[in-house]
This record gives sequence, C-alpha cells and structure tokens, in this order.
Amino acid sequence: MPNSSSLPLKNAIEIRNLNFFYGTFKGLKNVNLDIAENKVTAFIGPSGCGKSTLLRTLNRMYSLYPGQRAEGQINFYGQNILDAKQDLNLLRARVGMVFQKPTPFPMSIYDNIAFGIRLYENLNRADMDERVEWALSKAAIWNEVKDKLGQSGLSLSGGQQQRLCIARSVAVKPSVILLDEPTSALDPISTAKVEELVSELKKDYTVAIVTHNMQQAARVSDFTAYMYLGELMEFGHTEQIFMKPARQETEDYITGRFG
Amino acid sequence: MNSTIYARRKRVNQIGLTLSMMAMALGLFVLLWILFVLFKNGISAIDWAMFTESTPAPGSEGGGLANAIVGSFMMVLVTALVSTPIGIFAGVYLAEYGDESKTAELTRFVTDIMLSAPSIVLGLFVYAILVAQVKHFSGWAGSLALALIAIPVVVRTTENMLRLVPGSLREAAFALGAPRWKVATFVTLRAAKAGVMTGLLLALARISGETAPLLFTALNNQFFSWDMNAPMANLPVVIFQFAMSPYDNWVRLAWGGALLITLTVLVLNILARVFFREKVKV
Repeated sequence: MPNSSSLPLKNAIEIRNLNFFYGTFKGLKNVNLDIAENKVTAFIGPSGCGKSTLLRTLNRMYSLYPGQRAEGQINFYGQNILDAKQDLNLLRARVGMVFQKPTPFPMSIYDNIAFGIRLYENLNRADMDERVEWALSKAAIWNEVKDKLGQSGLSLSGGQQQRLCIARSVAVKPSVILLDEPTSALDPISTAKVEELVSELKKDYTVAIVTHNMQQAARVSDFTAYMYLGELMEFGHTEQIFMKPARQETEDYITGRFG
Repeated sequence: MNSTIYARRKRVNQIGLTLSMMAMALGLFVLLWILFVLFKNGISAIDWAMFTESTPAPGSEGGGLANAIVGSFMMVLVTALVSTPIGIFAGVYLAEYGDESKTAELTRFVTDIMLSAPSIVLGLFVYAILVAQVKHFSGWAGSLALALIAIPVVVRTTENMLRLVPGSLREAAFALGAPRWKVATFVTLRAAKAGVMTGLLLALARISGETAPLLFTALNNQFFSWDMNAPMANLPVVIFQFAMSPYDNWVRLAWGGALLITLTVLVLNILARVFFREKVKV
C-alpha cells in the first residue's frame, strides 16, 4: 500500500492504529493514514463506511457524545490529540469543520464571521471589519454579501450559506479545514463554486474532505482514501487511486459496480 | 387495483373526517358560548370607574376593580421577573449541559410533578412556609405561589424549544472552538428565542387566572395598595368572592373582572402564537 510518508511532504496529521467505537459497535478498524500539509485529502466509500466518523475524530467532535470513543493515536503536528489532556476548544480552533448542511448561526452575516474570531482574538472595530472582509473574500462570497452584512445569515441561498460557513471556518485561521460532504445539499453551480474554493484553500490550509461524489474527489483532491466497513482499504495519490487502483474492491467502487 | 379496498378506505376517511370536524365544532361551540356569556354579563361592567375605583364595601354603591387589577399586575410582574431567569437557566441546563445525567433526570422528574401538582396544594405550601411564619398574607407570598406554577412551565418549554434546535447548529458552533456556555447563550438560545418567548407568555397566561394559590397567600385587600408586603387584591380572588355575593354591583364587577382576565389571557395567547409563527418562518 503506497503511503504518503514516503514522499517529501510534511504531514499535518498522522493517524496511527485508530479504532473507534459507538458504544460497542466498532466504527473504525485500525486505521493508519497521513494527511499532508497544504494538500487536499479525500475520503470516499459507501454510506456507513466510516469516512465521516474518521473526519469527526480529527477535531474530536465525537467527544460531545458520551458513548463514543477513539483508541490509538492522532498526531496533529506531533501532538496526540486523543490525549485526555487535550484542550478541545483550542483544538477545534485550529482544526475547523464545515458540515453537510449549511449551518449559519441565527445572527447577521457579519456576526456569523465575527463570532468565531471573537472567541480567541480581541480585535478593534477596524481590524475586525478587515478580517471579516478577508474571510468572506477567501470564501468567494464577499461580492455577493458586502452590501448586506447586517442581514441575517439565514436570508442567503443554500449555496451562499455554505460559503458563509466556509468563510466562518477560515476566519479563525485554522491550520486544517475538515469538509464533511460540503456540497451534497447544493445545486451544481454552487457545488462548482465550493470545489473551486477547495482548490484555492489548500494554498494556505490543509484540507480533508468527505464526499459521496467520485468525480468531486477526482477533481479536487491530491490524495484519496477509500474506506469500506470501517477499514481503510486503499490510500494513495488521487490519480493512482482512480487510474490504476491496487485493489479490486477499490476499482469496483470507483467504476460504480458497487456501493 | 382493488376497488373495494379503495371504497372502504374512502369511507373510513369520510367517517374520520366527520368525527374530527364534530370534535372541532364542539370545542369551538363551547369556547364561543363562554365568550358570549362573558360578554353579555361583563361588558356592562367595563367602564371608566372599573379602572379607577377600588372594590366597594359591602352594601355601598358603585366601585371598581382598580386595586385588584393593580394587585394582579404586580404579582404577575414579580412572578415573571422571578421565574424567567430561573426557568430559562434550568431549561438551558437540561438541554445543553445535563443531558442524561442523574441530576438532569431528577430535575426533569421533579419539574413534571410540579407541572401537574394541583395549584391549591402549592398555595397551601406557601401558606405553611411563609404566611404562617410571618403571620400575615402578602403580595410576595402570592407571587411565590404563582412562581411555583410558572417555573416548571418555563423550564420545560425552554428545554423542549432548545431541543428543537438542530444538533448540526450546535456542532457548528463547537467546531469553531466555542466553549459550551457561549454555544448555549449565543447560538442555541438565540435560535430558540421565539419558542422560549412563547413559553414565557403561555406561563404568564396560565398564572394570571389562577385563584387557588392566591387564596391563602395574597388573600385580598379592599383598598388600593402597591405594597407587596401587605395582603393584596387580585382579580381571581375578587371574582371568586364577588360572584357569589348577594350584592348586584359586586356580581356585575365579578363578570367585568372575568371578562378582563379572559381578554388578557386571549391577548397573551395570540401574542405567543405570533411569536411562534415568526420562528417557523426562520
């Protein structure tokens, strides 16, 4: 199995012997995976294969729910974030997440962005304005909202809401951004915009994306991980996974013969 | 396609529809009847004097309900000021912090019992622990008894409304690194604002007509008074006493008071609906 650690890349995250449990059900089985810095890593696989579960271990989102636990190691720039002493709020400020459905907060567009920034930084009005504009521009939505920053975030269209959510994640300047099926609730045009955005984001951020859309994985990612029944089946350069997968199961899934 | 099954299904649908229409008509009929009787008897009592003069002494002419209106208003206001923070804090705790912990389960259980407790029992309780100790009735005691009724309503509606907030919104806030209290106050409570307001208004509507808990606590006061430390006149108890009296002007005032309370409760309920509709639009 090819491994990115053999390449001259810096790893933002190194997952080692990761097992995950929903109560007694084992959702992830001994996963080993590296996520390279400033690259896009895609997780693909049929529903229930554990790709979202894996993503949700990377910012410890699962810790909100008693009964869910992870074993093993996830080294984020050398620090094991599964450690009981890990400060979850600080971790989540550094590892941002965007969800399947757009989740604008019930406040103005401006405050949607400023909310996260205010958590960890004390900016004066001018600096905050500047940062909000910067984040919205990064998410390619500034031109659409610059004249209505005071309006509710809920007044935007679905595609705009999702880009607002991406801007919100970007605004706190994390080092990793996790995208959990970010376009599955969007129309094709909004999807194209978000995909463009993902390619743009990797210049400054490490991106991990879960997707059901094979073409999307092929288009946006540098590395692809194929998962099945909680196991990492194959992992490598996206090109290699899609052009000449090492395993028959991967090929079957990618060509649509199953899943 | 089996046409007999289809015909049967259609018949069952007709019967079901007819039954539910009848139930609706019955409910509406009773409500309109109540309103009709109230208006017929009460509308003549509603005049300027009702709002400016206090309750008349036995046998004297005229009079109004000013002292009872002010007393009811004061006690409901104090109750609202006390039960809003307590109820909302407890509701937030149950929905955002407690989850399935033992303390939360116990709180929920106790709240449910309080919700269904007969209000006369709550009145007696306040009589025993407060009125009997300080040896006089007071507006404070009345408010305390009303708060015991209102708090559980606010707690449960707040919790239920917060639970309606999608988990994804909560997760999105946590995903930015927000601590739990900020997620609760700036995101979920704000998202549930309309529902929580509705709960508050319904709680106020509920207590503004309560009589039993005030009988042993605020009692009544023939004179106009803002003093919460003294026995306090209030609409429900005045209605209770006046309606069964032999004096015509007392009975007339009782009807007027009843109409006034009903209209107030009606307005509160309509306000609650308007608030809730705004929430649904979001």
